[in-house]
Amino acid sequence: MGPLGAAEVGLDITWAVDWVRRGAETLSEHRVELITLDREIGDGDHGENMDRGFQAVLPKLDDLPAGSTPADVLKLVATTLISTVGGAAGPLYGTAFLKGSAAIAGESSIDAAGVVSLLEASRDGIVARGKAESGDKTMVDAWTPAVDAARAAADGGASAAETLRVAADAAAAGSDATIPLVARKGRASYLGERSAGHRDPGAQSTAYLLEAAAAAASNGTSA
Amino acid sequence: MADGGRIGIVVVSHSEQLAAGVVELAHQMAPNVRIEPAGGTDDGRIGTSFELVTAAIGAADAGTGVVVLCDLGSAILTAETAMDFLDEDQRERVRIADAPLVEGAVAASVAAESGDPLETVVRAAESAGGGGAAPGAPAGGLGEGPADVGTSGRISRRITLTNSDGLHARPAAELVKLASTFSQRVTVNGIDAKSLLAIMALGLVKGDEVEIATDDAAGAGAVDAIADLASSGFGEH
Repeated sequence: MGPLGAAEVGLDITWAVDWVRRGAETLSEHRVELITLDREIGDGDHGENMDRGFQAVLPKLDDLPAGSTPADVLKLVATTLISTVGGAAGPLYGTAFLKGSAAIAGESSIDAAGVVSLLEASRDGIVARGKAESGDKTMVDAWTPAVDAARAAADGGASAAETLRVAADAAAAGSDATIPLVARKGRASYLGERSAGHRDPGAQSTAYLLEAAAAAASNGTSA
Repeated sequence: MADGGRIGIVVVSHSEQLAAGVVELAHQMAPNVRIEPAGGTDDGRIGTSFELVTAAIGAADAGTGVVVLCDLGSAILTAETAMDFLDEDQRERVRIADAPLVEGAVAASVAAESGDPLETVVRAAESAGGGGAAPGAPAGGLGEGPADVGTSGRISRRITLTNSDGLHARPAAELVKLASTFSQRVTVNGIDAKSLLAIMALGLVKGDEVEIATDDAAGAGAVDAIADLASSGFGEH
């Protein structure tokens, strides 16, 4: 599937809702895995918190008024995560979705450039909130490669769905790359050198969420 | 207004019990300050709650400002997020102190009790983390009885602590509160009498001799008042 095949297909409210549903599904599916990762270098609540937060969003999707935009969906996710997730993930992902929502506010459908804006604003929100930098062994290490890959793809003429696909792949690779790192931010930083050799759970949940976004987008274009 | 327009304090902890305990401890020294706990998640698990923090800030704010103390990293993230959602005029009078939870909450509460403004309460919290590095005992001769006026203008009195617990939390807080009512700088064994944590760090116990002093010529009243309080036994006789 080249740029010509899908370049004109934007991502609309159906995609956004599907992203959240797939996100909730994948986080439920990987709940125990994320708990285990977090138990190794953190406090063990990440899988539980992310699952709880996204499950809380699901019933609210049905109440979205007609004419809602993708930004409205992301804002709903943001406020729900902030008020239901008790760990660091609530404020961090809440801020990410809030800033991402603001970046595409009012758009009924977003193109590849919109995907880049959304991802970049989300990443910047996380950095501003958590004050982590690349290489600190946090979710930023999944977000930043995703933003960079998305921008390169969009500049090269990729469709919105293709842009999300390369972003998701880059996030997954970024999560893998956290394994040897020594944590400098978050609860894992208390472990110092002992945090090396473990995957960062926040980077992994980011990889799962962007994978869900990409899967929802490719589902939309192929349907 | 029961709180006299004092700065309010919010204690954010991952643990409901820890937040409640810190509030209890701080309230002992600052009974007239609004000190609100925001501990645990909405449903009582370990974590922090955006809703509880937001509600606590609202309850602590008498209109003059609120200082927020946090335990671990994500408590700060939650508090910062809650601040983002406040009305702009309220957000401007809320500060998150970069301070250890217990020491910071106690120091901030005592400063608030004394009627200090927002920035001073923040500083009290943030200076509480230094461990109160107690310098050595003061040099100087033995002056007994009423305040001595030395040749350098130094005024001092030496008293002996008679209460069973010495300058522990409550007496230390009373002494600091009294010292804070005077504009002059007064020291207790060389330590600023307005710094609760530093006074407590002296670890003075029953029977210890204490020098109350000032270099301010106008400070005789302050020295006498503080020395009278310290030698009175703080009502513990």
